[in-house]
Amino acid sequence: MAAEGTSFKREMLATLPSLRAFAVSLTGKHDKADDLVQDTVMKAWAKQSSFEMGTNIKAWLFTILRNEFYSQMRKRGREVQDTDGVFTERLAVHPSQYGSMDLEDFKAALSKLPDDQREAIILIGASGFSYEEAASICECAVGTMKSRVSRARTRLTELLKISGESDYGPDAVSAQVTSGNSF
Amino acid sequence: MKKDNLVTQQRVRMQAGRAEDGLGPTSDIGSRLRALYGAVQDEGVPNQLLDLLEKLDNAEQAQSQAAKSAPRDGE
Repeated sequence: MAAEGTSFKREMLATLPSLRAFAVSLTGKHDKADDLVQDTVMKAWAKQSSFEMGTNIKAWLFTILRNEFYSQMRKRGREVQDTDGVFTERLAVHPSQYGSMDLEDFKAALSKLPDDQREAIILIGASGFSYEEAASICECAVGTMKSRVSRARTRLTELLKISGESDYGPDAVSAQVTSGNSF
Repeated sequence: MKKDNLVTQQRVRMQAGRAEDGLGPTSDIGSRLRALYGAVQDEGVPNQLLDLLEKLDNAEQAQSQAAKSAPRDGE
């Protein structure tokens, strides 16, 4: 019994950094993300008997966290969602391979995506889940997950093109914005 | 062994999927996503969270110790 508890804890610990990054992408704020992860850890601990050791604990924890986030959002109305976007806070360590303006543009584009597309592209592109796992986390069909990711990618490409071309004058921008709106 | 194989297969499938969808290692969007995500991951886990996990685990171990040292109390 004790050994099982310990290994459950160890597996949870290993998942926390990624779980926390996903939480930041949902809430947009580090303090809210940490509260969300804390609630998730307590929920997960309480229902650990329903978890089968050796199966995918990462997907299980992400599912609990995501459900917790949306259920809190429903309870509190729109207050939880009242963020300026995603990854809005200054990062403690800035990824060195990108200029800061480059990533600022990217964050702005990411925050313009619909919630379901943003979480899809993050789960697949950054958290490292398969389409099957991501679909199970978001309780949707695998095909739906694939189409959300593909639409997110298309939209991001469009948005980044817009911000890239803004240097060339307002005409190019408005032309791009118009075509972007049809999406 | 078997499990490792499965994991590897899954990883290969996953990377293939990502490459197809333009999120593979050479993709601009994919690598910027991972740069943002990775920057948060690299911050480490806040102490309050580590403490919480420690407390939960200790409480559970104490509970199972107590259950062991007092077997069949009711008989």
